[in-house]
Amino acid sequence: MSEAVISDWPAAKETGHPPVVELFKVTKRFGSFTALENVSLCLKPGTLHALLGENGAGKSTLVKALLGYHVADSGSVMVGGHEVAMTHPTVAHGLGIGMVYQHFTLVPNLTVAENLVLSRDELPVVIDWAAERRRLVEFMATMPFAIDLDRPVAALAAGEKQKVEILKQLYLGRKVIVLDEPTSVLTQQEADEVLSLIRARVVAGQLSVLMISHKFREITAYADEVTILRKGQWVGSGKVADMTTKQMADLMMGGGTTVAAADRREGPPGEVRLRLESLRADDDVGVPAVDRVSLEVRAGEILGIAGVSGNGQKELVEVLAGQRRATSGVIRVDELPYTPTRTAMRRAGVHILPEEPLRNACVGSMSVAANLAFRDFDRAPLVKAGWFVSWKAITARARSLIERYGIRTTGPDAPIASLSGGNVQRAVLAREVDGTARVLIVANPCFGLDFGAVAQVRRRIMEARNGGAAVLLVSEDLDELLQLSDRLAVMADGALVHHTTPAATTPAELGKYMAGHP
Amino acid sequence: MSDDAALGWLGVPLAVVAGAIRVSTPFILVSLGECLTERSGRINLGLEGTLVLGAMTGYGVSYLSGSPWLGVLAAGTAGALFGLLHGWLCSLRRVNDIALGIALMLLGTGLAFFLGKALIQPTAPRLPTIPMGGWLGNEQLASALAISPLFLLGLGLAPLLAWGLRSTRAGLRLRTVGESADAARALGLSVDGWRIGATACGGFLAGIGGSYMSLVYPGSWNEGLSSGQGLMAVALVIFARWQPVRCVWAGLLFGGTSALGPALQSVGVTGGYYLFNAAPYVLTLGIMILTSSPHRTLAGMPLELTRIR
Ligand SMILES: Nc1ncnc2c1ncn2[C@@H]1O[C@H](COP(=O)(O)OP(=O)(O)OP(=O)(O)O)[C@@H](O)[C@H]1O
Ligand SMILES: [Mg+2]
Repeated sequence: MSEAVISDWPAAKETGHPPVVELFKVTKRFGSFTALENVSLCLKPGTLHALLGENGAGKSTLVKALLGYHVADSGSVMVGGHEVAMTHPTVAHGLGIGMVYQHFTLVPNLTVAENLVLSRDELPVVIDWAAERRRLVEFMATMPFAIDLDRPVAALAAGEKQKVEILKQLYLGRKVIVLDEPTSVLTQQEADEVLSLIRARVVAGQLSVLMISHKFREITAYADEVTILRKGQWVGSGKVADMTTKQMADLMMGGGTTVAAADRREGPPGEVRLRLESLRADDDVGVPAVDRVSLEVRAGEILGIAGVSGNGQKELVEVLAGQRRATSGVIRVDELPYTPTRTAMRRAGVHILPEEPLRNACVGSMSVAANLAFRDFDRAPLVKAGWFVSWKAITARARSLIERYGIRTTGPDAPIASLSGGNVQRAVLAREVDGTARVLIVANPCFGLDFGAVAQVRRRIMEARNGGAAVLLVSEDLDELLQLSDRLAVMADGALVHHTTPAATTPAELGKYMAGHP
Repeated sequence: MSDDAALGWLGVPLAVVAGAIRVSTPFILVSLGECLTERSGRINLGLEGTLVLGAMTGYGVSYLSGSPWLGVLAAGTAGALFGLLHGWLCSLRRVNDIALGIALMLLGTGLAFFLGKALIQPTAPRLPTIPMGGWLGNEQLASALAISPLFLLGLGLAPLLAWGLRSTRAGLRLRTVGESADAARALGLSVDGWRIGATACGGFLAGIGGSYMSLVYPGSWNEGLSSGQGLMAVALVIFARWQPVRCVWAGLLFGGTSALGPALQSVGVTGGYYLFNAAPYVLTLGIMILTSSPHRTLAGMPLELTRIR
């Protein structure tokens, strides 16, 4: 049966129109856990179809079944009206279907050019780099944003990687593209750039897109149709134009209400808790990335740092987390020089929620319970008799955190890498924002969270501030910064170029400073 | 002896160059093989065993068939089979690269000693060398510049491998598998398949490296033939930062410095003989320390190697 489809396919390829792609009653189980049950979805040619659902609803699992990355336990995939055995990603690629995964799948130590060329389906045995380059440069010239072809992907910031992933699919000439949360690491402007580019091709009938997103703004602006999942079940679908945001949200959450935003407790901030003096640091290849950053954060205030990803924020947070050495400058906590070691962090109460937490703050193959205990597994009450680590206590504590923070997992013993993207974020949040933080450093905390979780996270951060913590919030989301910060700074090219307050500025003004031309 | 006197102190650099060429060949071949294996995200510590097994097989087949070239081929094949075994066993769940490598190292040497008992006495036809210094009119110079085709093979293979890793489909895919298994899977590549293949190729080269030792230099088969060359070659790959061409330089440097002690002894400097024998290790360690930094990850290291458990 699959042969028939493949032989039909070249004809479709020539006309340039994407085929209809349907998922029919797909069920997927992981062990005894049912991640998807009888979910159907129809992606019509030349439409942009949004897939909505809470963290852990099964969105990524569904699209992975479509791509043949997971094989569904039951149900079928149909392309152009024919059933296809999607057993392997190459089957999907052969049919012109490509995907941008939620966790990046670029090869870190290869350059952008190598990554793009590598994924070509008919890669010649010997690669003529001169010709490949010419083609790449020509292709890049037609794109609205430029990326240096010779940089290793590892040196790119999250937002740039995401752009490369999307460029890759366009470069490969896919007719059907699945995007798993393509804009969660992009700023609003970047997201609009990318989505308009894709939208133009969809409208021209050259492309169909299935896009997972948590942002209603993007869905109402760019999507034609929407399908909504809840806890592995199909709960609704239809034209975006016929639905209100409220209807979509209600379907997603099953009518439950989200937490209200915490109020900002007014009053003057306290003493200076965190002070950076002329901090400098290099990136992985030794190029200066953080340029004489000086700032102070007082107890009970949130200092927001805005900036387009790739302007040194990642390196700055890594220096504060002890993952990267500063080349010069001083970090002070409570006015004392501070070296980020485990002991110093505990003594000073410095807690960190970094970006890409699965990579930066977790050990993927260890259990959720172990990951939740990283901060204090070696102290009472998790340690008995001074040296004996009590797994019973660790598991019991994990259970209560899972309950309290609504982490969706098969249990405390599941490896944390098996959690959905948003739930990893919640787990790290549960560990770091537990009320004992005196200095809290947060980078893109709502990356990949559904709107219910976003409200919850922002409330926790505000509560930490109200409780007297000094909060440094590094984010690419201007709404978030304007909503939470007491003061704001803009980072561009590694330096803080502008200081202001939410009341005294607008997104447009911040955007100008972020782009480097005030 | 008169020649020696004639050359005098000049003999030292000459001996070092000759040593670099002669001693380095197994290092170069084994480290090129291991380089390929490690670029796919696997470590094969068993190459010491493969080397000794290759030496025995090469010698045996050369003796039985009368053709040293057949011996070289047989050594490579035995190495490839051994690599295949390593690659396949490593693909099983819960098998550790390092532990398995050590086991196979012991198995390889043991097997070679067991099967090679009968080969200690007989003399097998050696691999011919290419005289390149005949025109110099000096016997000692000429013998120093008699170069084995296997040395040239290693020399030619390195840039070829470097080019292949950069500019062929197979090379790019191999590197992908070694850098990110997840990305490779998303591309639809069989991670285990590529790694087994790369380990077999690495074994092939290590086997040939072994045949050099029994068929060229020192040129006989006995149980004391290898003094850990196979193991050292694996370390040289790290030293060469996983770059094939640098593997050659590393091998030459290591070979050259190993010849320093004997050369100095031949001109009468006997003091510190054992110290000079340690020179290659001291030198590689020294360069390693100078070029590393605790603030950077080891440049060029295939990322999947960091995930080996
Ligand atoms: N490989 C796996 N093994 C075990 N459980 C898994 C695996 N992959 C996913 N799950 C579980 O399946 C459920 C659905 O996960 P999925 O990644 O599809 O969620 P999602 O809707 O994409 O969420 P998010 O918005 O957070 O990305 C989760 O509860 C997750 O823990
Ligand atoms: Mg997901």
